[in-house]
Amino acid sequence: MTPNVGVVVFPGSNCDRDAHWSFGLMGAKVRYLWHLETDLSELDAVVLPGGFAYGDYLRVGAMAAYSPVMEAVKEFAASGKFVLGVCNGFQVLCEAGLLPGALRRNDTLRFRCMPVRVRVETQDTAFTTGMWPGQVLAIPIAHFDGNYYCTQECVEQLEAERRVAFRYCDREGELTEESNPNGSVGHIAGVFNEHRNVLGMMPHPERAVDPVVGGTDGRLILTSLLSSIASAASRVPSP
Amino acid sequence: MTQVSDGQPLHISLGLTDQEYERIQQILGREPNRAELAMYSVMWSEHCSYKSSRIHLKNLPSEGPHVMVGPGEGAGVIDVDGVAVAFRIESHNHPSFVEPVQGASTGIGGVVRDVVSMGARPIALLDPLRFGPLPGDAEADASAERNRWLTAGVVSGISSYGNCIGVPTVGGETKFERSYSGNPLVNVMCVGVVPDGKIMLARAPGPGNAVLLLGSTTGRDGIGGVSVLASASFDESAETKRPSVQVGDPFTEKLLIEGSLSLIDKGLIVGIQDLGGAGLCCAASESAARAGTGMQVDLDKVPLRETGMQPFEILTSESQERMLVIVKPDLVKTAVEECERLGLRATRIGEVTDTGRLVATMGGEVVADVPAESLGDGPVYDRPYAAPAARPDPGPPAGSAPSPQEALLRLMGSANIASKRWVWEQYDYQVQLGTVVGPGRDAAVLRIPGTDARVAVVADGNGRYCELDPNLGARHSVAEAYRNLSTMGAEPVAVTNCLNFGNPEIPEVMWQFVEAVKGMGEACRTLETPIIGGNVSFYNQTMDEAIYPTPVIGMVGVVPAGVTSPAPGFVREDDAVAVLGVTAQELGGSEYERTVLGRVAGTPPALDLQAESNVGWLMREAIARGLISAAHDVSEGGLGVTLAEMCIHDGWGVELTHGCELDAPSWLFSESASRVVVGLAFQDMAELRDLAQNLGVSVQELGWVKGRSLFVQDVINVKVGDLTEAHETGFARLMGQ
Repeated sequence: MTPNVGVVVFPGSNCDRDAHWSFGLMGAKVRYLWHLETDLSELDAVVLPGGFAYGDYLRVGAMAAYSPVMEAVKEFAASGKFVLGVCNGFQVLCEAGLLPGALRRNDTLRFRCMPVRVRVETQDTAFTTGMWPGQVLAIPIAHFDGNYYCTQECVEQLEAERRVAFRYCDREGELTEESNPNGSVGHIAGVFNEHRNVLGMMPHPERAVDPVVGGTDGRLILTSLLSSIASAASRVPSP
Repeated sequence: MTQVSDGQPLHISLGLTDQEYERIQQILGREPNRAELAMYSVMWSEHCSYKSSRIHLKNLPSEGPHVMVGPGEGAGVIDVDGVAVAFRIESHNHPSFVEPVQGASTGIGGVVRDVVSMGARPIALLDPLRFGPLPGDAEADASAERNRWLTAGVVSGISSYGNCIGVPTVGGETKFERSYSGNPLVNVMCVGVVPDGKIMLARAPGPGNAVLLLGSTTGRDGIGGVSVLASASFDESAETKRPSVQVGDPFTEKLLIEGSLSLIDKGLIVGIQDLGGAGLCCAASESAARAGTGMQVDLDKVPLRETGMQPFEILTSESQERMLVIVKPDLVKTAVEECERLGLRATRIGEVTDTGRLVATMGGEVVADVPAESLGDGPVYDRPYAAPAARPDPGPPAGSAPSPQEALLRLMGSANIASKRWVWEQYDYQVQLGTVVGPGRDAAVLRIPGTDARVAVVADGNGRYCELDPNLGARHSVAEAYRNLSTMGAEPVAVTNCLNFGNPEIPEVMWQFVEAVKGMGEACRTLETPIIGGNVSFYNQTMDEAIYPTPVIGMVGVVPAGVTSPAPGFVREDDAVAVLGVTAQELGGSEYERTVLGRVAGTPPALDLQAESNVGWLMREAIARGLISAAHDVSEGGLGVTLAEMCIHDGWGVELTHGCELDAPSWLFSESASRVVVGLAFQDMAELRDLAQNLGVSVQELGWVKGRSLFVQDVINVKVGDLTEAHETGFARLMGQ
């Protein structure tokens, strides 16, 4: 079974082609979803890629959250299907209320493009099946607004429900101050929704699937998702 | 003759001379009206007409086996293993001085549209930047704080615009010299790939075809930008020129890129030209003149962002993010619908005619009617030039020189040598997944999307050398770019140049230009790297102070299939360390003299272009054979800085002997040309020597990779960690962080 993945293209998205290419490389059947489309029926997963949707005017992700495709993505997520938001996609998911919290300006007050390391916090999700908790992945970031924030109460709830996906860390997996590139609360680099079928993350896994550019640790996330889709399909008998 | 309020004839205040005005009268057979005069003034400005440079530029080599499109189009195009690669460099110096964030932003926008107008998808940007010295620099002066503000602003402008449009910024240079305090340089190079070789040209063929304007609305921003800002020197009134700076909207630029490429891909347009300097009147007249047609434009149809705009304003506005396309009448509806689908404004504003004239109407009346060709056929000047008086020798430096080790540490943390991570971490250098080698290296290497073909790209210039000797300095700029590409294993193919100079009406400045062009031409001929396009930026001066003459060379090379670029530093203990090329006592114009001794004087190092070519051949051959584990060219800061940077890369130390007759500072810091430091396995030394001997290249074995210190017997013994600390923190400290 080849998973069907849709990559949303908002006006101003700029990692849509990269996401398309990377998921294709990992064996998915990929198509673009223009921001006006609302029929997601044949898809198993939707990717909200990085970029500057609608120019990120007003506030990052704010306008995209109200686009027609996002109405469909909300229903798609509610039906238990998978949604991955990367970078600007994470920002859109937060603005759309599919994930808690918000992404503020980096505490450095500068755009940062660099390789970072993240620690896998939760293994039992569709996005992280191929990993072990505590595993350190090298995945690049490229953002100005990646400073994850939510209230202390919310952080505690995320931790209690093990919905923190990744935390910024050093080479050894320690949460040192220098390893947090943007000031995120609790070093949080990615979070799940309540049902763990929606993941938002600032690092770009689609930029780490090719040893020639960016390394290969991002493959783990993409292949975890694709194999979860495939195994879920094999468990559910066809009608 | 129209008078303006201060009694000065209008054409004078628009930057035209009396002679030029007379020529316009002859062309038209009558007095030009206000709109026509404005059109000639921008089109005949230095920036658009190349009136002072043209007779010299025509001597540059522009042909070669890889060249598909040479100078004169939006961008030059070369053939890389069957893939058409377009590239171009532009300057946005004056706007960036007046308003650094917007100036740098719109500089990117312009050159990206040039490349898109060739039918190419932009795949990389490079930003060669020059500023006056920062606080804490050896040359810091009263402008230092302002220079820091300009640096931060320009970098932020590049970051916000380049990142948003999704084109990786993979290289460039950021350098600091006294002469740029009154006039920073912001050059931008863009590289693109033409899908399926469908190269577009800026032509308006086929009378009866429709003319569509894509993208942003037209406003009063940037009116006369090319004439008011780009073609005059600065005086105390720089602040008042702010309205001539355009404001960028990268979101619309992104839509414009996607829209233009989609129209080309679907075969909906027959011609395309971006609206840059001189706006609509430039795009309309040039594309008509090139096709031998004319154009009728209805200014009432042009979408405006403010009311009450006069015809001359609409015709010459430099509002950003606009493109002119030519569409066959039966495809107009489809083309407009495709643009609308993508969220891009597309408006039919006129049609191609067979009259040879550019006619603009507004309110049903003709407001301008001129021969299209005459706007691009501006005056050509052979400006007088004269060598300046010999520079007074400042004599030996006042203070005593620090120890070689102290000097090296100081250099490693200095503005021109320290790591520019602070700068390039603000650029998205990875988007599009093609960046095989990114910023901070001798050159960037890009994989062309959808293929395994790789190109190496670099931008280099050395204004200080050119100040001391423009001809030799320009040759050095070409040679260093050539060497940088060879060090990555790439075969250099072609050049785009950005020639930044002072006021050409000053004979000494014009002499610098003439000499630099001669030197550049000679170097490009010898190294077989034709110049397929570029840009001239004159009037880079404030009051009497001109910038260092600064030709910037953008060079593109091909990495042959199967070749892997070596690491930029030592990666294997016990490897041999050797330097290719000869080190001589050549400290004139060096980074060591500037930064450590506080002296800019003497003569730049000698340069033998044939020797440069031989070292290039040797590097490429040795890399292709897999002999080389590490390679880094020797340039600013000499052997000492090159070795230190190679140690920093992976933390390895070296044990070396100095082993020649030069005194230690000269050996370490001379910037003798045509040298590369390599690391390689000892057993491969003999093969390297054999190759080198055939080419007549000297190979000096210096020692081996060992330990965690840079050790040169009797000269230096410094921990690599200390060098790293200086190199990594130096620049952020100079930026006050």
